[in-house]
Amino acid sequence: MTATDDRPAEIGTPRRRSEDARLVTGRTRWTDNIAPAGTLHVAFLRSPHAHARIERVDVAAARRAPNVVAAFSGADLADEQGSLPCAWVVTEDMRHPEHPPMAVREVRYAGEPVACVVARDRAAAADALEEIDVDYAPLPAVVDMEAAVADGADLVHDALGTNESYTWVFENGDLDAAMRDAPVVLERRYVQQRLIPTAMEPRSVVCVPEGDEFTVYSATQIPHILRLMLATVTGIPEHRLRVVAPDVGGGFGSKLQVYGEEVLALLLARRLGRPVKWTESRSEGNMTVHHGRDQIQRLTLAADGDGRIRGLKVDLLADMGAYLMLVTPGIPLLGAFMFNGIYKMDAYSFTCTGVFTTKTPTDAYRGAGRPEATYAIERLMDELAAELGLDPIEVRRRNWIGHGEFPYDTIAGLTYDSGNYEAATEQALRLLEYDKLRAEQADRRDRRDPVQLGIGVSTFTEMCGLAPSRVLGSLSYGAGGWEHAAVRVLPSGKVEVVTGSSAHGQGHETAWAQIAADRLGVPFEDVRVLHGDTAVSPKGMDTYGSRSLAVGGIALYSACDKVVEKARKVAAHLLEAAEDDLEFTAGRFGVRGVPGAGATIQEVATAAFAAHDLPDGVEPSLDSDATFDPDNFSFPHGTHLCAAEVDTETGMVRIRKYVAVDDVGKVVNPLIVEGQVHGGLAQGIAQALYEEAVYDADGNLTTTTMADYLIPSAADLPEFVTDRTETPATSNPLGVKGVGEAGTIASTPAVVNAIVDALRPFGVSDVPMPCTPERVWRALRATEGGAR
Amino acid sequence: MIPASFGYTRPATVGDAVAALADAGEDAKVLAGGQSLMPLLRMRLAFPETLIDLDRVDGLREIRDDGNALVIGAMATHHQVIRDPLVRAHAPLLVRATETVADPAVRHRGTFGGALAHADPAGDLPAVALALDAVLLARSSRGEREIPAAEFFVDWMTSALEPDELLTGVRVPKLGDGWGVHYEKFHRTAQAWAIVGVACAVRRANGTVEEARVALTNVGPAPVRASAVERAAAGRPAAADALRAAAEPAADGIDPPGDLHGSAEYRAHLARVLTARALAAAAAV
Repeated sequence: MTATDDRPAEIGTPRRRSEDARLVTGRTRWTDNIAPAGTLHVAFLRSPHAHARIERVDVAAARRAPNVVAAFSGADLADEQGSLPCAWVVTEDMRHPEHPPMAVREVRYAGEPVACVVARDRAAAADALEEIDVDYAPLPAVVDMEAAVADGADLVHDALGTNESYTWVFENGDLDAAMRDAPVVLERRYVQQRLIPTAMEPRSVVCVPEGDEFTVYSATQIPHILRLMLATVTGIPEHRLRVVAPDVGGGFGSKLQVYGEEVLALLLARRLGRPVKWTESRSEGNMTVHHGRDQIQRLTLAADGDGRIRGLKVDLLADMGAYLMLVTPGIPLLGAFMFNGIYKMDAYSFTCTGVFTTKTPTDAYRGAGRPEATYAIERLMDELAAELGLDPIEVRRRNWIGHGEFPYDTIAGLTYDSGNYEAATEQALRLLEYDKLRAEQADRRDRRDPVQLGIGVSTFTEMCGLAPSRVLGSLSYGAGGWEHAAVRVLPSGKVEVVTGSSAHGQGHETAWAQIAADRLGVPFEDVRVLHGDTAVSPKGMDTYGSRSLAVGGIALYSACDKVVEKARKVAAHLLEAAEDDLEFTAGRFGVRGVPGAGATIQEVATAAFAAHDLPDGVEPSLDSDATFDPDNFSFPHGTHLCAAEVDTETGMVRIRKYVAVDDVGKVVNPLIVEGQVHGGLAQGIAQALYEEAVYDADGNLTTTTMADYLIPSAADLPEFVTDRTETPATSNPLGVKGVGEAGTIASTPAVVNAIVDALRPFGVSDVPMPCTPERVWRALRATEGGAR
Repeated sequence: MIPASFGYTRPATVGDAVAALADAGEDAKVLAGGQSLMPLLRMRLAFPETLIDLDRVDGLREIRDDGNALVIGAMATHHQVIRDPLVRAHAPLLVRATETVADPAVRHRGTFGGALAHADPAGDLPAVALALDAVLLARSSRGEREIPAAEFFVDWMTSALEPDELLTGVRVPKLGDGWGVHYEKFHRTAQAWAIVGVACAVRRANGTVEEARVALTNVGPAPVRASAVERAAAGRPAAADALRAAAEPAADGIDPPGDLHGSAEYRAHLARVLTARALAAAAAV
């Protein structure tokens, strides 16, 4: 890394994020702020039934309502609306039903759009919805996954003849041998409840027609993928579509999607020749943003008497919801390679069945498959420790991959390039004051204190930095996992960086500027980062799966190096020196052995712009671009410890102390890493304690508002103790790993393990998530000597 | 979410507000901060023809000393109540409970009178009004009426106010010396409604509870005065075991709701546990 006397190295500096002032004050361009002249507003009429045949839709009265320009039923648009895409066909025989953006003949989840009104203002559109008349013939709701796969179950898609979309299997090692005569066999059933992503900014889309071209502004994570998919679904040629993701207020995977509303807004703009806008309300979003998690996990773990794991069998039912959306079927399979966690074992078997239900479709949500897997194995490790009377740390030590064993080929078929579980764990134990809290726990148990103390352990890893294109291909994923960056040193010496990775809160503008400033030796302030617009950033694979830095950041690193190489040629020519005699330090080419001779990269840029005197074969302008396609995932890991107080009289859980020691390799901006960890912890703790999308027996979502779908605020969370160990990734030149999902993945089992640890003397071995006070109280009541 | 259309009037005086209410008939709603009403409008769960906005009505935000009681204007905001020296000195239970209402933004817009007139049994302040024997002051074109809190909260989101009556203020008797207070709010997140809440005031002398006032939030269609607990607590030693025993009847005769946040059975259990804790905290045990 480069540095000057008066300017410290940028990489590794905890810079405050330069984009935050405009983001946190809202003084920026959110999609809903975009209002071209003559914009029309769409409102959707949504099914009040989980499952029903549509007998009749009458929009005539709505068309006559004040300020209404048009109204359409699904049937009105049936010929042009196409079917929403699923880009991940996980098995050859996967059942993949049609998914019209607006339902035509049948609705399969409450909230599915059946008709729409286009009006001159939002209020008029909302009022006119009440004039639409729909006759529904209710059909049976299919709410419970286990019932859905039982014989004679009511069907979500009659034509499929089954509610099973696919069954996907991975096996390695001789599981029968591992299970046979095993001294310890644990069988557990865990439920990953359904979650609603709840980004701060609601979904919003504005489509602007200009001749036969269209600009689509959308609060999306994936402008590039969205452009391709909109072209495919609507038939509008890709080169006539421009997709812009303006500042986007969070996504957590929920905006990694091609939504029906986006397709319909585009079709309506085309049909009406006017800009068309739609912005969801919070309750509309709760019903129709794709949901996350929702698995039933049946787990069998076999171990020796000393706690050494022999084998693990995983049998999943994964709720797809009513339709397969962009990567719905693949999400649980991202967990297939993670159920073994950081542990060695002889045999492993994973089976996942994707199940249709009459509920909102599921898809990626922060962690996407890996939190579910990590929860299962980390809960099991605590159960194994309890079964054998071992400390939960000790049982992990006996099984984890030693620092000296990397790179390590896991039973799930991945190669972990690096890791140091020992160091992270030691650090976490010290920061928690583990022994002291264990002593307090023993004391509270002795005193029969109504408030008991538990310590939860989670020694996790995860695969991120999605992803090696070849691996994605082998998993039948519909695209590659590379990323693109371009660097332009402008004639004035200022720098523009273009990234294909589309930021929606991660801090790209700061971190990318730090990388470019460091590699090019220019001031941080002289770098501008451009993203989120297919006209500005022509190629990219967008932002999800903790891939931005570990893939996109490396593309930038590489593009910077190409720029420096080109600059070296020009500088050598200007300085009349051999390229090999040039040293590039702190943004300046000096000539070895000739003090005083030199040229700054800015001077080189000016010369490259003027092009009056370039060496032969060198093209004008100092710029370059690069793509990076990793040859492995990145594997952040860490040890999270949670100390929780459980009030045995009320069931209330209070997190007393939370320690997160993460190893995300080398760090570009420690403050951003810290922020990602904090946010991730909040979301993982929320799954453990607060969040659940609840459907009633009729398939109605009952958590449509934030009064019922609880998300924690800062007031509900403890102060986090965070620290890092630094084991560089070997799969990229910066040594970085992803950090966007680590906190979420690690924290959920840490919290639940703490609760169960507190209550184990009462005979409690599980509390279903979210561990609400009532559920904790009931778990205690169900045992001998439980709640009073 | 977009509310359905409605008429809107913003009177400048109580007289104008009362006249507007009389004119508007049964389909008017009074907007007194809007922190409960606006969500209902936006979700189209309420369709009033007219909103009468009290925001600019003179004199309704005043908090004054009225001898043995305070008179708190109906439009005094939660934030104002929390900060007011008179309320802090003479009605600390109201301060404790109001501090737990929602979040700072809501407390700056929402009003004491609005929260009472809304009569939501999950609201924190109705139980406080009940425990403190507050008297609600109603005005209509027919004159003024005083309604004891015990008669004001009739049913779920239903008060004793007639359609033409405006709540103008609340008379809250001063507690006097020797009282300890506590509001025990049990909720899953800081901004969530109480699953159960207990408003409690205890007068303690010489190690004995001489008098207790206890009212419960969200254990029925209206706030509940726990009279049996009050009788059981009076005369007991100010000690944890004794107060726990006194709290036993807290769930007697209540009909708690069951919802996503807690079943009826769980709420009944919480009523006992939390009442014991509230008594102990108020008695400084």
